Amino acid sequence: MLNHAEASEKFIEDAERTTWHDETLWFVRSKRDKVSKLLPEWEALREQASLIKDHTLANLGQYLEEFESKAQKNGIKVHWAKDAQEHNEIVLSIISKHGGKALVKSKSMLTEECHLNDFLTKKGVEVVDTDLGERIVQFRNEVPSHIVLPAIHLKKEDVGETFHEFLGTPKGNKDPQFLTEAARQHLRGFFLGANVAITGVNFAVAETGEFVVCTNEGNADMGAHLAKVHIACMGIEKMIPKRKDLGVFLRLLARSATGQLITTYSSHFAKPREGQEMHIILVDNGRTRQLARDEFRNSLKCIRCAACFNTCPVYRRSGGHSYHQPVAGPIGSILAPNFDKSANVDLPFASTLCGSCSNVCPVKINIHEQLWFWRQDLMKDGLAPLGKSLSMKGMAFVFSNPTIFKLAGYMGRMVMRFAPFIVNNSLNPWFKQREMPEAPKESFQSWYKNRK
Amino acid sequence: MRVALFVPCYVDQFYPQVAIASLELLEKLGIEVHVPSNQTCCGQPMANSGFASSTEGCDTNFFKNFEGFDYIVGPTGSCILHLKEHHPSEEIRNSVYEICEFLVDVLKVKSLSANFPHKIGLHQSCHGQRGLRLSSMTELNEAPFSKLAQLLDLVNGVEYVYPERADECCGFGGTFCVTEEAVSVRMGQDRVESHLKNEIEYIVGGDTSCLMHMEGILKRQGSKVQVKHIVEILNHA
Repeated sequence: MLNHAEASEKFIEDAERTTWHDETLWFVRSKRDKVSKLLPEWEALREQASLIKDHTLANLGQYLEEFESKAQKNGIKVHWAKDAQEHNEIVLSIISKHGGKALVKSKSMLTEECHLNDFLTKKGVEVVDTDLGERIVQFRNEVPSHIVLPAIHLKKEDVGETFHEFLGTPKGNKDPQFLTEAARQHLRGFFLGANVAITGVNFAVAETGEFVVCTNEGNADMGAHLAKVHIACMGIEKMIPKRKDLGVFLRLLARSATGQLITTYSSHFAKPREGQEMHIILVDNGRTRQLARDEFRNSLKCIRCAACFNTCPVYRRSGGHSYHQPVAGPIGSILAPNFDKSANVDLPFASTLCGSCSNVCPVKINIHEQLWFWRQDLMKDGLAPLGKSLSMKGMAFVFSNPTIFKLAGYMGRMVMRFAPFIVNNSLNPWFKQREMPEAPKESFQSWYKNRK
Repeated sequence: MRVALFVPCYVDQFYPQVAIASLELLEKLGIEVHVPSNQTCCGQPMANSGFASSTEGCDTNFFKNFEGFDYIVGPTGSCILHLKEHHPSEEIRNSVYEICEFLVDVLKVKSLSANFPHKIGLHQSCHGQRGLRLSSMTELNEAPFSKLAQLLDLVNGVEYVYPERADECCGFGGTFCVTEEAVSVRMGQDRVESHLKNEIEYIVGGDTSCLMHMEGILKRQGSKVQVKHIVEILNHA
């Protein structure tokens, strides 16, 4: 597996596509800026959302139990899963009970996190992702590169080719409307045939035992309304205390995500319709571990709007797949080490710590500070390559000793002045595409000494 | 008022003109400036690489050089932010100032005898802007302000313009510039390009490291556009 720097280098090789990717996502960020600035109370809303989430996380156990009992009273079957494996087993057991061989799915990053598709496919169950972007990447045997715009790494030409291969659309056709219609026709059969539908959850309301799913395409509704069984999968951090809190979160979510005032559908699922079975799976999968870490707890406030992706100058130029995780971008980089430190040691370093992510975050997660904290945590665990630890020790030594610092600086400048080939070569990553600064005759300190 | 000039390691070695301009500017404003001679580095390169645990020697050396001053002033937002957030001594944390911040908030400078008849692109460095709040930020719904622009308004003849995406990062990012070379360079190239679209003669900012990065890219492209630290403009007669 390539690390973030290696994968980014490959992505950037296609300069034109990188420009297009960067500009497309910047366009989304600009839309977000525009609509957020139409609300004088925008910053107050962010603060309110952040406080509600703080409060909820501080009382998570209590709210989860309240939600469970209300949901059960509504006739929803509630399951608890401690990890991805348990979650997947629960889904499978429900499907098996109903003799399903195919299911439709919409709007769930959690199932990506749990690698549900792989798991079910191996058990002989066909999973059909019904959201257009998800379906496209599923055809291509890829994973989403963005949590809101899963196929944003692809251009319409790529989609045309994929649909030609999998849906038999005419070769060379890249008309978005035509291709969307082809996908609709293709999916209709699955919607009508599936007896199980899986959806994600955006918000679970403890007060009422209902959950809310926000979508633009409406596939979650179509799936849930047609199928005999609806399984909703959610991370335990999706909890909010009261229905009225939605007035804060729904206003923030779509504006932050796509610059819309509100998602096309904000569907409330409170109880199964007659003859339907409704399940909800509450998944931990490392969340309680994160909850116990002071520095990283508030990463659990995330409402998965992806505003931090769209604003991140690194993400826009490296593409979601360079993060090698279901959730990419800045938020992914602070969530991933919680799952596996050594596999994700590169991610907290895939940032300049510019801080733009924290500024756009609708629930005020201090993302760039958490990136910094993860860097400390991972290095303390000894996950640095040997060369890096040595050079850091060397640097620390030089900077602790003014005499050595002055000597090293002097020698460095002299080398650059009289033997520049020693630094101006391919072993120096700075020099590959940038000139080195010009080395002056004397340092400031030596100038200052002579000035007196 | 006891004021010390903090000259970050790479400014001392590679950009002495930035430190000289800082010193002269403060002196012109009637400040007696102390320059501790055994200062080295703020410790940020190690800390941002995940080795904050190795900065003890660096922190101690900084404290030895700078204890007892009312104000510690430096020409790089990023180093100042690091000290403000992470130096173990509360005294140090409370007395460090980025130089523009010091001029505007402490000295409350209302006039300068500076002259710079050129068109410049104003680069807002992230740590100064978002970390030290030297200016408003495009992500937030807040009234626009900029301490850098406020100071440039006191300079004769200068015309400053912002690039498109007024506060996007230049991609330097400390060791990021070598560990994530491809992304870093691409960010820098994009930033330089948006500045050049404005037909400017200089890219000017408050953080020498970002300027060093963009300078490396400008030079490789053979561009005639130069970089300058804002103190070089404010000190320009």
